[in-house]
Amino acid sequence: MVTQPRIRFADLSLAYAGKPALKGVSFDIQPNTIHAIIGPAGSGKSTLLTCINRLSELSAHAVQGGRVELDGEDVRGQSVTELRRRVAMVLPLPVGLPMSVYDNVAFAPRMAGMPNGPELDQLVRSCLERSALWDEVCDRLDMLGTRLSGGQQQRLTLARALSTRPDVLCLDEFSIAIDPVTTMRIEAVLTELRSEMTIVLVTNLLAQARRIASRTAFLLDGSLVEENTTDVIFGGAADARTRDYVSGVFG
Amino acid sequence: MMRDRRSALARGLERAIEALVYVCGFSAILFNLAIFAFIASEGLGFLVTHFVDMWTSIDWSPTVEPHPVFGIGALVVGTVWVVGLSLAVSVPIGILAAIYLAEFASPSVREVAKVVIELLAAIPSVVWGFIGVMLVNPLLQWMGAPVGLNGLNGALLLGLMTLPLLVSLGEDALRNVPDSYRQAALAMGATRWEMVRYVLVPAARRGLLVAVLLGVGRCVGETMAVLMATGHSVRIPIHPYDPIRTLTATIAAELGEAVRGGEHYQALFALGLLLFGITFAVNLIADVTLRGEKVGGA
Repeated sequence: MVTQPRIRFADLSLAYAGKPALKGVSFDIQPNTIHAIIGPAGSGKSTLLTCINRLSELSAHAVQGGRVELDGEDVRGQSVTELRRRVAMVLPLPVGLPMSVYDNVAFAPRMAGMPNGPELDQLVRSCLERSALWDEVCDRLDMLGTRLSGGQQQRLTLARALSTRPDVLCLDEFSIAIDPVTTMRIEAVLTELRSEMTIVLVTNLLAQARRIASRTAFLLDGSLVEENTTDVIFGGAADARTRDYVSGVFG
Repeated sequence: MMRDRRSALARGLERAIEALVYVCGFSAILFNLAIFAFIASEGLGFLVTHFVDMWTSIDWSPTVEPHPVFGIGALVVGTVWVVGLSLAVSVPIGILAAIYLAEFASPSVREVAKVVIELLAAIPSVVWGFIGVMLVNPLLQWMGAPVGLNGLNGALLLGLMTLPLLVSLGEDALRNVPDSYRQAALAMGATRWEMVRYVLVPAARRGLLVAVLLGVGRCVGETMAVLMATGHSVRIPIHPYDPIRTLTATIAAELGEAVRGGEHYQALFALGLLLFGITFAVNLIADVTLRGEKVGGA
């Protein structure tokens, strides 16, 4: 199969104030897949995500080497606001912005110039439906987003991420602050969304990667140890370190 | 258990220091109450007996015999006028400066700018008055103002005087907004200004409001600069170039001339009581606003 990868990490390195967080990582992510990135804390998983939509540039001391390509183009050559609308990000802790539920979801489309009206209403509704939150908030869209429960706020964050109709959806340990039931609901949503977008899932939960990812990359100390189909990573990994990690010897 | 080997003297000293700290803590409250009691004892009687006269007249002629007039209408309007004008100048500049320092300035610029701005707060108000008379007023006249001091002149000075307060409190409020908000907004493709406008300012609105309220309190109570620079004329202003007189300036200018214990004297204390009430109310509102933030969240 020779399709152009959606995302290509090409010898990507990143150091924060001289301390390396990523050391020459290279692999591809194919379109319309769920690609899991696993590894112990401090292995560079989150840093890898932030390089895709250039949130890494917010740290003043970060120095990048190598490149990240989106559809064959270096992300650093693209308009950063445009890029971040194409590559949506769900961060570990739910962040309801201090505005209404509706405005939270309408935020990015409005930034992009969509006027108020039925089109925006429809978009907000469909994003909330797809993030499995609509039924719980449809009668209180003007409530402050920060008043929702943690699990609801995380789904609100997901709805907001979907509001730009992104090509790539990055999730950074989205289930860290929410309950198992909500986690399962979001996992089901992600499986459905795969047909429309590419999903990059950083997770600490090995079982989560196993449940929904088709391919998995294992990072350790900023280096890529192994990248393969999820079945191979969890069933017959080539590297001993991968086998130890997935079987719970460390991490 | 180890025996306490501290001497009786050391333990006595400990108790003495504790008592001293206690007394100092309460003295702040005590002084405040004493000041209020003093002003009230001299002015409350007048405020009650002349309440209607005071509020229904704009003529303040306390030394006209045999029938002095104690209308405070023009003084109250003058005060509100000059405070309003000054806030119209200082709030936009102060808040934008706070945004710049909190979000756009590099750390080194921020450090230098904060020191310089706080230095503004250290200038004595009589020096501000001097600047108003010698510098700002000639400038206004060069720009077309009629001859003489005027309300706008005082308002500009007050604006400069409140700027440090607005900038440093506003900057604190903005920097207290969690970084996760910034990240979330930027991650959705907002530009930095959009992030500030739609996320940071709404999130920090209580803190910003408190900064403005404390600025109001500062302006209302300011005396020397407005006494020197606003023209000191009792009238209802209709144009920024009109001279005005404030409550504070009236007290400062007339108390030395008033016969101690006389009607004029008491009337000035009544003005003081009124000022006390206004600043107390403004500070209380600011306090309650800030408390609401801590308890209620965003």
